Amino acid sequence: MTGVPLSWFLILSAVLFSLGVAGFLIRRSVLTVFMSIELMLNAVNLSFVAFSYQLKQVNGHLFTFFVMVVAAAEAALGLAIILAVFRNRGTLQVDEVNSMKN
Amino acid sequence: MPDSFIPTSAELLRILPEIILVLAATLIMVLAPLVKGREQNALGYVSLYGLVAALAAALSGYFDPGPAFHQLILVDGFATYFRVLVIFAGILTTLASYQYLRREDADSGEYYALLLFSVSGQSLMAASNDLIMIFIGLEISSLASYVMAGFLRNRAQAIEAALKYFLLGSFATAFLLYGVAWIYGITGSTYLLTIRSVFERGAQTPGILLAGAAAALIFVGFAFKVAAWPFQSWAPDVYQGAPVPVAAFLSAGPKAAAFAVFVRVFVTALGPIGGRWEPLFWLSALATMLIGNFAALVQTNIKRLLAYSSIAHAGYVLVAMTAHSEIGTAAVMFYMAAYVLMNVGAFAVVAHVCGRQERFVELEDFAGLGERQPVSAALLTVFLLSLIGVPLTAGFFGKFYIFRAALQADLVWLTVLGLLASAVAAYYYLRIIVIMYMHQPAESAAELPPLRGALGAAVWISAAGTLVLGIFPSLILNFAGNSALLAR
Amino acid sequence: MPEGYLPIFIYLICAILFPIVLLGLAKLVRPSLPGQVKSEAYECGIQAASNARGRYTVRFYIIAILFVIFDVETIFLYPWAVRHQKLGWFGVAEVTVFLLILIVGYIWAYRKGALEWV
Repeated sequence: MTGVPLSWFLILSAVLFSLGVAGFLIRRSVLTVFMSIELMLNAVNLSFVAFSYQLKQVNGHLFTFFVMVVAAAEAALGLAIILAVFRNRGTLQVDEVNSMKN
Repeated sequence: MPDSFIPTSAELLRILPEIILVLAATLIMVLAPLVKGREQNALGYVSLYGLVAALAAALSGYFDPGPAFHQLILVDGFATYFRVLVIFAGILTTLASYQYLRREDADSGEYYALLLFSVSGQSLMAASNDLIMIFIGLEISSLASYVMAGFLRNRAQAIEAALKYFLLGSFATAFLLYGVAWIYGITGSTYLLTIRSVFERGAQTPGILLAGAAAALIFVGFAFKVAAWPFQSWAPDVYQGAPVPVAAFLSAGPKAAAFAVFVRVFVTALGPIGGRWEPLFWLSALATMLIGNFAALVQTNIKRLLAYSSIAHAGYVLVAMTAHSEIGTAAVMFYMAAYVLMNVGAFAVVAHVCGRQERFVELEDFAGLGERQPVSAALLTVFLLSLIGVPLTAGFFGKFYIFRAALQADLVWLTVLGLLASAVAAYYYLRIIVIMYMHQPAESAAELPPLRGALGAAVWISAAGTLVLGIFPSLILNFAGNSALLAR
Repeated sequence: MPEGYLPIFIYLICAILFPIVLLGLAKLVRPSLPGQVKSEAYECGIQAASNARGRYTVRFYIIAILFVIFDVETIFLYPWAVRHQKLGWFGVAEVTVFLLILIVGYIWAYRKGALEWV
């Protein structure tokens, strides 16, 4: 990455993170919402790796490992929950899965 | 070089509570497929013994304080206090779950395994001294509790609760991580004390302006876990949908552990830039207290009411955090102990009264409980009075220390508004007591068995704790005061 | 430094123009004779069995969930693999503990029947 300044990575990471946030808030399908979260986590990973390279440390890389593994665990758990929701309700639209009200 | 990697026995002893919890959980998972159907509930005993052993290990850790694993872990008074608290919450939950699971025909070893994994994550959070460990502990705790919320997966509301908890929880975790990434980028470390020393150098640090934004991102992550404004909206739905013992657990263990890391990160690592995050805490504390208390006024479902009440209590604790002092930290510690006891106790009584399939969770279902179940009603009254903050209960001293810490930090307005909000709270708690003692029970009121067994033990222990802390607060207040001086 | 991106930029423009120009030319030249057979999905000449947007059986998901977990956990073996000579027997012991925990999870999934194709 010689030559590419740190700020470019950080801007890309911020853009990806914002896209994830926007996707989470706007999209109505549970699966897409879930993918938006994964996008946010990957944006964070990009930041960690960029910082880590800049600081010439391995801590950031290490953190990325843990984030990836946790993301995988979340993915598995999320799929399982989504599967259970679908069996239960027959829909995956977020606004239709809302039976509890004040 | 390899030698420095090999942990010494002293280091392993410092994570002994977590080791015991994980081993017990793994044992349950290995045994669960071997045990037939209903007998799986017997694995609750394994859970109970594991938790008691971990409690002993956590207590003994106090006598050998110190860091472990290259400073990733720090066992000090503060860590011991919160470890004991979350493990205790785990014990109460195990006791409260046993009869509930039997009644729902959901006897299952995995439930206890998940509970133990979750507690191990919380215990790890309490002792972590590095943002990496905090993240790992938080995720161990959260992932297990997402599943617990939807454990009765045939129940539509439970699975909906799990989905909401999971989606919003992961969303908040991403914010937390993004904040951590920025803190790492600015300070070059994830170790809390190094972060502190970088920030103490103040304005010379490049990127210090971004530190406030990073602190706000981390705040988002933790505010979700403790259900504080503006991320409280999940709590009512999740507590209402989740099985009652799980709701009790979610309102106690994860919250206590989240406040432990909340305090450790903001007071230790981000303390030097306190001026940047204090206004945020001030606003959040006030909004959390107001939203929690006023929304609770109109609830008719007891689980939902307790959820809003639990939001309000998170607001009180945030007041003490805004004070950002040693007295404030001690007040947070005391309040969490009082809160765990009275809240789990109240939920445990609900778990007793709600009946099969949780048919009786409306406030009117509690009508005439004073006649039908004098003991349950009296104990629930104790918890509710403590939640109000009536003298001679733990809740009174909890609020007293919090608002005293706030006044010493010159947070006069926050104190006045907080006291007014807690006066509002008295209304909805008293309403439950009035319904229990003054209203006639409906014709359809359920025949309830007497409050006995494990569930009875959970309720009695919580009630005893609530009263003991209310009469002799110094028992743990001194400990909290001595442990509140976090490593600098 | 941004000049280094010039070739990539030119490449990008070419890549975008290529299909547009080709498809545009073809559109101008070819005769238009729509038919039912022509608009069917092409599957190597075999009749398409079902709609591509049909549902998969739930069993695939369970296998996929298990795969994701066990696949990604191996990421922790990489640091050890890179440094195993320096870490020595201690590294072996640590990795063994890690794998044992994974294997317990595997055994549990197996005993629960999650791997059976029922």
